[in-house]
Amino acid sequence: MTTRIYVPCDAAALSMGADKVAKAMAAEAQKRGLDVTIVRNGSRGMLWLEPLVEVETTQGRVAYGPVRVGDIAGLYDAGLLSGGAHRLGHGLTEKIPFFARQQRLTFARCGLTDPLSLDEYKAHGGLEGLAKALALAPAAVVEEVTQSGLRGRGGAAFPTGIKWRTTLGAAADQKYIVCNADEGDSGTYADRMVMEGDPFVLIEGMAIAGLAVGATKGFIYIRSEYPHAFGVIQEAIRRAEAAGILGKSVMGKGPAFHLEARLGAGAYICGEETSLLDSLEGKRGQVRAKPPLPAISGLFGKPTIINNVISLASVPWIMAHGAKAYADFGMGRSRGTLPVQLAGNIKRGGLFETAFGVSLRTLIEDLGGGTHSGKPLRAVQIGGPLGAYHPAHELDTLLDYEAIAAIKGMLGHGGIVVFDESVDMAKQARFAFEFCAQESCGKCTPCRIGARRGVEVVDRIIAADHREANRVLLDDLCSLMTDGSLCALGGLTPLPVMSALHHFPEDFNRPALPLAAE
Amino acid sequence: MDAAQSKVPDFDEARARLVIARLAHLDGALLPILHELQHEFGYVDARNVPLLAEALNISRADVHGTISFYHDFKSAPQGRHVLKICRAEACQSMGCESLVTHLAQAHKLAPGETTGDKALSVETVYCLGNCALSPAAMLDDELIGRLDADRLDQIVLDATGMRS
Ligand SMILES: Cc1cc2nc3c(=O)[nH]c(=O)nc-3n(C[C@H](O)[C@H](O)[C@H](O)COP(=O)(O)O)c2cc1C
Ligand code: SF4
Ligand code: FES
Repeated sequence: MTTRIYVPCDAAALSMGADKVAKAMAAEAQKRGLDVTIVRNGSRGMLWLEPLVEVETTQGRVAYGPVRVGDIAGLYDAGLLSGGAHRLGHGLTEKIPFFARQQRLTFARCGLTDPLSLDEYKAHGGLEGLAKALALAPAAVVEEVTQSGLRGRGGAAFPTGIKWRTTLGAAADQKYIVCNADEGDSGTYADRMVMEGDPFVLIEGMAIAGLAVGATKGFIYIRSEYPHAFGVIQEAIRRAEAAGILGKSVMGKGPAFHLEARLGAGAYICGEETSLLDSLEGKRGQVRAKPPLPAISGLFGKPTIINNVISLASVPWIMAHGAKAYADFGMGRSRGTLPVQLAGNIKRGGLFETAFGVSLRTLIEDLGGGTHSGKPLRAVQIGGPLGAYHPAHELDTLLDYEAIAAIKGMLGHGGIVVFDESVDMAKQARFAFEFCAQESCGKCTPCRIGARRGVEVVDRIIAADHREANRVLLDDLCSLMTDGSLCALGGLTPLPVMSALHHFPEDFNRPALPLAAE
Repeated sequence: MDAAQSKVPDFDEARARLVIARLAHLDGALLPILHELQHEFGYVDARNVPLLAEALNISRADVHGTISFYHDFKSAPQGRHVLKICRAEACQSMGCESLVTHLAQAHKLAPGETTGDKALSVETVYCLGNCALSPAAMLDDELIGRLDADRLDQIVLDATGMRS
């Protein structure tokens, strides 16, 4: 009887040598005359253990990691195939605390299955949501999504059902579903992981969205930094078409739904929804003034749903299990689950899907194990480059859109980047402006010019050149950018800047560099 | 543009026209075509601009504006290998800037530059989605996690084919 060995094909696992490990695992088995089948699964999300090799045993899947090619002979010697003890062993994967403590709804299959196997997808509950949606009237599907309380996971947390209702109500000869897979925020990789680890769930979610609002065409706009995810999604689309899930009639029962994957071209601003639409149309990715809302006049001027990968990938679970089951998770107005991404200087970095309401400290210290360097934690940035920096004493805040807003932060796409005590917060503030200047679409002055001025002002503060006057100037500049920018790139850049200044003023008050001294 | 880059790169109009014709039917065809041209030639030659404008029935200014907006589209050939180093926050927290410094000191190579033999170009990127395994980089299409100075040295040596 053959033994199944799982070696992930997720890009993060590949970045730590998973391909070489998979090959060497197979070669070593052959050398020893062992009958093994190597399965390339998605990642379980415990990225500090990648490549995480799992062996199927009678008790369940047993985990070993991080496995290097040099460990493989030793693993076989230790009785890997029956889950034998080894210093890299972690016992049953699903009993590892980091995994066991999650509520995996959207990521239920990610890491469990071969991402491109439709049979495995179906065997693990895939397509149940779509089947339910096909039996309902469009308005009933929209209602279900509304009742689930799902809010957009791309950053702005706008209620998904309400957006869908607008597009459903818009009359047009053509409507579109656009998936925002531009995932540009530092510290985030949930979109990438689901696209690589369970691509059919995104396709299913988009097909449901199509049925719900009467759209027959969809696009997935994937950032070019994700060539691997792009390849997986393209292949998954081909297979879904061949199986009749997509195409002239969704699952042979519904209206048409055609799907295409498109590559971005290295512009952060193209994650902003209207800029993304212009980019899809083949133009410069410049932000459009709103109104009109994309839900009414979006891609090529047609009513368009634009949602983040995780928003869309959450819909199949909601349809399959019901809005109430989803809304039963979470707290306050943050319903359901969020795939939190622990990143940066953290001991156990990875994806942790959890109901809202857990504390940041639990996530970072208990689950994440504190800093990677072992030095004291000094700051965390939540919500990507436009999110605030928080000091250690704010970590008792709960994971909840409103709770994080209450400490003047932004949960965004759920990335948490940890910094140890070596961080220089004045440099981080400078970088926030620098990044904004690099990535500005150039449409409005507060952002295009303001970000450049911001870099200069912070430089002068660091150099102790008229510090007080420049502090006042910085305040003014930030208010101007906050109030006067057309989109959140210019509008939120002051958030990391001012939070750094507010919580870590000492970093802006260091003795002047000799040259710049007054 | 240095002397090596300004020598006429090999551009083949017939081949460019084929690429354009193959994809021109797509909705919003310009980006897919530009990616394909970049893939085919290693950069997007300015001589594509009129061809694109004609095929897609848009102005040359629009074509040029689009090409220049996106970091991905290069106006001149890159090195044979491209190393993208992530310098966004998560990678900063794990010391990516010291790797950039190392590259400059040990290999006289800064982001935005190409080695003299055109073997390796180095670029800055902001996030590769590998932020739990920072510092991250991408060599051609291969993602790298936990990049360190030794690995960086190896990449430079392998790309430039130097034997130590
Ligand atoms: C500068 C900027 C960058 C953004 N980047 C992304 C992104 O990479 N991915 C994403 O889903 N949303 C991003 N957004 C948010 C989108 O504009 C939009 O709110 C989202 O795609 C809507 O989908 P959702 O409701 O499912 O979140 C960005 C917004 C701004 C202002
Ligand atoms: S704030 Fe910046 S990115 Fe946003 S529209 Fe204005 S210039 Fe463009
Ligand atoms: S910040 Fe470097 S990979 Fe995300």
